[in-house]
Amino acid sequence: MTTVEKQLLAAPRNYRYLLTVSTILFILIAWSVTEISLEMNNNGMKIASNIAGGLLHPDLDFLFNLTQNGVLYLLWETLAIALLGTLVGAVLAVPLAFLAASNIVPKPAAWLTRLLLIFIRTIPALVYGLMFIRVTGPGPFAGVLTIGITSIGMLAKLYVDAIEELDVKVLESMTSIGCTTFEKIRFGIIPQLLSIFLSVMIYRFDMNMREASILGLVGAGGIGAPLIFAMKGYKWEQVGSILIGLVVLILIIEFISNKLRTKLVNG
Amino acid sequence: MYNKIFPPKKIALPNGKIVLEKRSKAPLILLIVMIAVYYSAQVTGFSFEVIIKRIHEFFTIILEMLKPNWKYFDDIIPELLVTLKMSFFGSVVGAIVALPAAVLASTNIIKIRVIDSIFKTVLSLLRTMPTLVTALIATYVFDLPATAGTIAIFLFTISYVGKLLYEAIENADMDSFEAMESIGMTRIQAFRYAIMPQVLPGYLSTSLFCFEGNVRYAAILGYVGAGGIGNLINETIGWRDYSSLGMIVIMLVITVYTIETISEHFRKKLI
Repeated sequence: MTTVEKQLLAAPRNYRYLLTVSTILFILIAWSVTEISLEMNNNGMKIASNIAGGLLHPDLDFLFNLTQNGVLYLLWETLAIALLGTLVGAVLAVPLAFLAASNIVPKPAAWLTRLLLIFIRTIPALVYGLMFIRVTGPGPFAGVLTIGITSIGMLAKLYVDAIEELDVKVLESMTSIGCTTFEKIRFGIIPQLLSIFLSVMIYRFDMNMREASILGLVGAGGIGAPLIFAMKGYKWEQVGSILIGLVVLILIIEFISNKLRTKLVNG
Repeated sequence: MYNKIFPPKKIALPNGKIVLEKRSKAPLILLIVMIAVYYSAQVTGFSFEVIIKRIHEFFTIILEMLKPNWKYFDDIIPELLVTLKMSFFGSVVGAIVALPAAVLASTNIIKIRVIDSIFKTVLSLLRTMPTLVTALIATYVFDLPATAGTIAIFLFTISYVGKLLYEAIENADMDSFEAMESIGMTRIQAFRYAIMPQVLPGYLSTSLFCFEGNVRYAAILGYVGAGGIGNLINETIGWRDYSSLGMIVIMLVITVYTIETISEHFRKKLI
C-alpha cells in the first residue's frame, strides 16, 4: 500500500452524519411533493402561448408612450419610488443600526433592537403597503413609505456589521492628540463608515427596484397596478411591453449599481 | 473631463514644489442626487405634512396587531405548512437544476461562447423578473395554486443559485482540472473531481441561504393566488381583522427565525 492510499483511507468519513442529513432531506422532499401536481389549467397551454406571443409582439405604442399612461412614465414613477424609499430607509436605519451594535450600546439593548429588526424584516412588504395606504391613500406615496420600512431591516443589519468592525485605534490616537468629539466623528468615524454605508444603500436601491415593481399590486403606485390590470384583462401585448420595459430598466440599474459599488469598495 | 472644468487646486510646498490636489466630486454628485430626489418627491407626491397628520393610523393598526387573535392558530397552521412545502420543494429542485445551468454558463468549462452567453442571458432574465409576477403568470397556467407558487420559487432559485455558482466555477482553480484532463479523464470526470470539491460548500450554503429567503417570499405569493399563507394575509386585511393579521405575523416570524437559525448552523459548518 502506498502512502497516498494510506492517506486516502485515513481521511475522516462521517457516513452516519451524511446518512442522517440525507434521510431527513428525502423525507422532507417526499412530504413537500404532496402539495404539487403538474396538472395544467384547461386552457393553461393556450394562455402560456399567449403570454409568449405577447412578449414577442409587445404593444409598441404603449411601450414608447410619453403620457402618464405609458410604460415609460410608469417606470419613471417606479424608479422615483425606489429612490425615495431607499433614502427614507437609509436615514431611518442609521439610528437603529447604532442601537443594535454591541460595541456602542449595552448587550440587552442591542439584543432588543435586533429583535425589533427581525420583526420589521419579516412582515411582508405587501402588508406594509396595505397599512400605509390607510395613512396616505392609494398612490406612489404609500409605495415610498413601504419601501422605506422594508429596507430598514436589511440596511440596519449590514450597517451593524460595518459599525462593529470600526477601527477604534484611530479614535484613540485622535484623542491622544487632542481632537474634540466632533472632529473624532467627522475625521475618525465617518470616513470609515461612509463608503460601506453608500455601497449598501446602492445595493438596496437595486433590490428596491424589484420591490417597487410589485407594490402596485396592492395599489401603492408604480408599474405593478397596470401590469395586474393588463393580466386580468388578458391583454398580453400590454403585459409583454410592461415586462420588457421592467426587465430592461432593472438590468440597466443592476449594471450601474455594480459599477458604482466596485468603485466604492476599491476606493 | 471633470478635472478640466474644475482645475485641480495648486498647493505650494515650503520647498517650492507645487502639488495638485484634485477637486472633490462630492458636491457635484450631491447636487445630482438632490435634483433626483426633488423630482422623485414631485412624482410620488411625497409630503411630510401627510405623514405627521396621518401616521397615527399606522400605529392604530400596529396596536391592533399587538393583540394577536390566538384562536386563529388552527387556521394558520395548514397554510403555513403549504408555504413551507412550496418554498422547500421549489428551492431543492431549483438548486439541483441550477448546477447544470451554471456549468453550461461558465466560460472555463464550456468553451463554446454561444452556449455560455445564452445561459447567462437566460439566468439574468429570470433574475430580473420579480417573483410575484412569475407567480401571477403561473397561476394562469397551472391548476393548483401551490404549484404556481412552487414554479415561481423554482425559477427564482435557479437564477439566484445559478448566477452565484457560475461565478464560483469561473473563479475556481483550474490547475487540477487541467492536470486531470492531461492524464486522460473526460471533462465531466475532471469537473467532478477537480472543480466540484472547490465549489460544493459555497453551492450548498448559497442554496440554504436562498431557501431562507424563499420562505419569506413564499409568504406573500398567496396574495396573487399562488397558495400559502398569503391567502390569509389577503383575507384578514380585506376584513380589517388586524388582530388575526398580528397572529399570522407572529407565526411567520417564529417560522422564519427557526429556519434561519437551522440554516445558519449548517452554513457555518460548511465554511
